[in-house]
Amino acid sequence: MANTTHSQSHESPRGPKPRKMLSRRNIILYGTLIIVGIYYLIPLYVMIVTSLKGMPEIRLGNIFSPPIEVTFEPWVKAWAQACTGLNCDGLSRGFWNSVKITIPSVFVSIAIASINGYALANWRFKGANLFFTILIFGAFIPYQIMIYPLVILLRDLGLYTKLPGLILIHTIFGMPILTLLFRNYFASIPEELFKAARVDGARFWGIYFRVMMPMSLPIFCCAMILQITGIWNDFLFGVIYTKPEYYPMTVQLNNIVNSVQGVKEYNVNMAATLLTGLVPLFVYFISGKLFVRGIAAGAVKG
Amino acid sequence: MKSIEIKDLSLNFGDVVVLKDLNLSVEKGEFLVLLGASGCGKSTLLNCIAGLLDINEGQIFINGKNVTWYEPSERGIGMVFQSYALYPQMSVKGNLSFSLKNAKISKDEIDKRVKNASEILQIEDLLDRKPAALSGGQRQRVAIGRALVRDVEVFLFDEPLSNLDAKLRTELRVEIKRLHQKLNNTMIYVTHDQIEAMTLANRIAIMRDGLVLQLDEPKTIYNYPVNKYVAEFIGSPGMNFLKGTILPDDKSVFNLDGGWCQSLELSNYKFHEPIKTEKQVWLGVRPENIVFGDKAENMPVKFNLEVEVVEPMGADTLVWSKIGGQEFRFIVDGTTTINSGDSALVGFDPIHSSIFDLESEDRL
Repeated sequence: MANTTHSQSHESPRGPKPRKMLSRRNIILYGTLIIVGIYYLIPLYVMIVTSLKGMPEIRLGNIFSPPIEVTFEPWVKAWAQACTGLNCDGLSRGFWNSVKITIPSVFVSIAIASINGYALANWRFKGANLFFTILIFGAFIPYQIMIYPLVILLRDLGLYTKLPGLILIHTIFGMPILTLLFRNYFASIPEELFKAARVDGARFWGIYFRVMMPMSLPIFCCAMILQITGIWNDFLFGVIYTKPEYYPMTVQLNNIVNSVQGVKEYNVNMAATLLTGLVPLFVYFISGKLFVRGIAAGAVKG
Repeated sequence: MKSIEIKDLSLNFGDVVVLKDLNLSVEKGEFLVLLGASGCGKSTLLNCIAGLLDINEGQIFINGKNVTWYEPSERGIGMVFQSYALYPQMSVKGNLSFSLKNAKISKDEIDKRVKNASEILQIEDLLDRKPAALSGGQRQRVAIGRALVRDVEVFLFDEPLSNLDAKLRTELRVEIKRLHQKLNNTMIYVTHDQIEAMTLANRIAIMRDGLVLQLDEPKTIYNYPVNKYVAEFIGSPGMNFLKGTILPDDKSVFNLDGGWCQSLELSNYKFHEPIKTEKQVWLGVRPENIVFGDKAENMPVKFNLEVEVVEPMGADTLVWSKIGGQEFRFIVDGTTTINSGDSALVGFDPIHSSIFDLESEDRL
């Protein structure tokens, strides 16, 4: 009897356990996160604010204050008029160069690396392990060692200072890490699926295109993110293996920011930097969603 | 004509010998079960037959044709896998027709075969669904259907029911048997479950360490296991093994080790060869061959023992006890009243027992 009355009384615990919002744990946790967040966002804030100010306002020196008069002039100038050397067509040329470099590089490198990974994971051909070891070893060699030999290689191929040459370079340098990525992903797909496809009469390409690839959307997305951001942000190869006509956006940005003639136009520099960063930012935003959808679409419980 | 014939097949992974000089032939329409503990090479053998593994030595014939160097799809086999291995991005219909499309079969014929297979397996309503939207049992049906549409002579099953829960397993087991009776194809079925093996097989091959220990009808394997390993593997609860000595006389007197005072006369046991000298042996008796109470009075061998633990299982009751310090279990009818501490008279007919050499563990 005592038991039943007890469980019906209002004081007895029932439902979810109450939690205090302002507990010590929460204060420390959220406090740290907010501080770190602000720390990372302040530079971005300063850049955006500065890029929207006119030069007179910048000379006042209050870099944290919001613009009194918002102007998009610096953005237009950065895109279309900023000068590097003799050219005064802004970042736009660099942008299109970067597009011309990034798109083929991403597709070629991912196509080759995914086939590599598939062959290594599923068709254990003779020497596969040796080949894989060499490739992984390649991932750990510093870039600098290979720069000069590759200059000679490209020159002999007649591709030095040309866009296809740079695309080839990006494909080569992306190969080890991408192959590793794809091999590991394909190796994690149940082997029985591969066996079933073989019994069903599919061959090397049939299995790749009709069984493996449709199941691997997440890893293709992941590789695309890696490659697009990596190649878009590349500076070193762009400077070394091309000439001013073909300079990618990053190199052009550097030239604009570092040009010594005249007044330093901080607002234009900030706008140019933000413009250059937009593509990777955009890729992160859309691919995040795609990534999740890819995982959900490919999922089947064993 | 034999449906499948394997001659001197050997396979090794590096230095590890997985299958050694294996010979096996399967009649047309036969249901052969490869049974063994994990790692015995049964799945490997099946993969060799399917052509998914390259063998190191020997030949494989399917329907009289030497298929040793053939691709899996050219061998005229259909295969069903443990994890179903359905293509997740394709609908059920896509899964069923994948092999037919690869074989460039006309669309009408594909539709006809898919319809036929889905009728047999009762998955007509599921054709447009993706595998992720199917239950385990439905997935396995689709997997069977994928083998069915190919219109092949030989079906290979690689532990097809191991991922299903107990109830579904029983249902699908019966369905596979029904399918076999209907199609009368040759089927090779790999499992580690002795119940599946006993219920489905025309013949069972018990494998261990890449060798076939015994290849016989289920009844023969159950009643006359060739060695102690086979005897242990088949039957649940497992066979009782009593260690002792057998004397080379007419009555085949068996003395239990450990100083149990009673001798057992196994006079009607049929030895392969008469015992000539005193021999250390295992005497194996299945718990279900032991009778209890009044019925034990008429048995050629009978003795008293003390009940230690009683495990009621519904229809039957499993009784644990010891003789001469050695574990001894027997099954009594579920309605029998029996309690721990009771003294019980039990008996068995030596004709239903098995005697194995202590050293070689082979049947005597």
